[in-house]
Amino acid sequence: MAGGVLDRASVDAVLNDLDEYAVEEALRIVEAHSPTGESGEASGHTITLISMGPDRATDAIRKALSMGADDAIHICDDAFAGSDALATSLVLAEVIKKNGYDLIICGTESTDARMSVVPAMLAERLGYAQMTFAGSVTVDPATSSIAISRVTEIGIEKMTAALPAVVSVVEKINEPRYPSFKGIMAAKKKTITSMALADTGLAAEAVGAKAAWSSVKDALPRPPRGAGIKVEDTGNGGSALVEFLAEKRLV
Amino acid sequence: MSDMSTVLILVDALDGKVSSAVGELATFGKRIGEVVAVVAANDGAGVAAQLSSFAIDRAIICTGADFASHSIAPIAEALAAAVAKESPTAVLITSTARGKEIAARLAVRTNSGLLTDAVDIDADAIATQSVFGGSTTVHSAVNHGTSIVTLRSNSVEVQSGSGPATTEVLAVAISDSAKKSSVTSLEATVKGGRPELTEASVVVSGGRGTNGDFAPVEAFADSMGAAVGASRAATDAGWYPHSHQVGQTGKTVSPSLYVACGISGAIQHRAGMQTSKMIVAINKDPEAPIFELADYGVVGDLFAVLPQATTAINARK
Repeated sequence: MAGGVLDRASVDAVLNDLDEYAVEEALRIVEAHSPTGESGEASGHTITLISMGPDRATDAIRKALSMGADDAIHICDDAFAGSDALATSLVLAEVIKKNGYDLIICGTESTDARMSVVPAMLAERLGYAQMTFAGSVTVDPATSSIAISRVTEIGIEKMTAALPAVVSVVEKINEPRYPSFKGIMAAKKKTITSMALADTGLAAEAVGAKAAWSSVKDALPRPPRGAGIKVEDTGNGGSALVEFLAEKRLV
Repeated sequence: MSDMSTVLILVDALDGKVSSAVGELATFGKRIGEVVAVVAANDGAGVAAQLSSFAIDRAIICTGADFASHSIAPIAEALAAAVAKESPTAVLITSTARGKEIAARLAVRTNSGLLTDAVDIDADAIATQSVFGGSTTVHSAVNHGTSIVTLRSNSVEVQSGSGPATTEVLAVAISDSAKKSSVTSLEATVKGGRPELTEASVVVSGGRGTNGDFAPVEAFADSMGAAVGASRAATDAGWYPHSHQVGQTGKTVSPSLYVACGISGAIQHRAGMQTSKMIVAINKDPEAPIFELADYGVVGDLFAVLPQATTAINARK
């Protein structure tokens, strides 16, 4: 990119659960600033997928590569099994620090443990700007800056920051593309680098189930709800409902 | 817990107003020990002044940053400074998207374990969480550092108190790193006078049975001072905004009263509302699975039942 600040490895997607919205957003950011309209070394921008997960994550990584990302890092080791959000963010932060990226894009939450906290933890660990719950993202390579609309229950906050930044994107921020035949063929030749515990430089005690800083005392199925009252509306169903609510002191 | 236990509760008031969720945190905190409210807001004194009816023993007003302009990170740093000063047993934060992110950064900064989305917490700081779409109840404890727990609003009846006996100012050296994100504008959600979905004590939701007409659902919700929700069928059809979707892929609510109107009660929807304390269902189909959950079910047309109920409620006022 002429005069671009993002002249080295540029955009990166961390994929807890191979979030297609995050991959798509990374592709759109790079395509908007690439002279060729594509990601890759020649354009000055690359997208690396980082996935922490078991062996079976490889299929999902291939799919994301076929969408257009350049290469992938698969962090995979039995020692990582059972890592909580704190340990997961620790591992991801170590890998990110080793390589250095300008932008980390995550999905908002992994589908297995809907905590939505890993992106904030990553920003804290890396000292990067936190730009989470983004409903839209604009990157300006000329000024090395990013602007987002943060969408939460309080409303929409417009935010700006200098790169590097950790972004999480909300569901439906975009319409993820289907991999093309060309993309699927190209993905077969792309590099997936495996990283095990030893490659991260972390101690075995720092990760996995044994490093979890909270523990479950018990888990019980919720008792079934007792049989309720069921009435047929014969003309006064609305009034009867209000009487019931009044009885329960809910109105 | 011993008399020496201290619990910090975060008072996060972006708009300068303290919500009843803070009263809930104080109520939970009292079970564990002395409750210290940590105020991290631009008008700290104005916010602290609103704590007088809650069960709070002391208040700490943090200064050191333009909290409104830098989003999450400075609040987490202010809380971490309060943790360093008070060595609390637990830090309780309201379980919103914002609250969970503050808790996340605090957990990293203080090397502490984190539990999110709790619906209850006992005197030993053992938290109750509802998982797998509300089908399972889990009790968990933090076993490293300070117990950092986020609690969903509407989980407990607010216990009143006499407010903080003392208020002190804690000047925090907020790092440059925490000021990297700048908020340039905030467009608050247009509430139309209705409470926020996940905070409301009453939620009235509409589904396929509305046929796209949410007017009777909204009118009934307004008579009850309720938030309006929608099933996935209704939001996917474009009848109501996605931000109001209740369910597995939408929001999880746990109000005192949930009224499902024209909603069949698919698993996807139940996952977002089945921990509600009281459930009312209105549906034309007597076989609709929502009736299995309902404490009170009306088999009937919502276009007849809701207006009549709205009139009856307004007549009681």
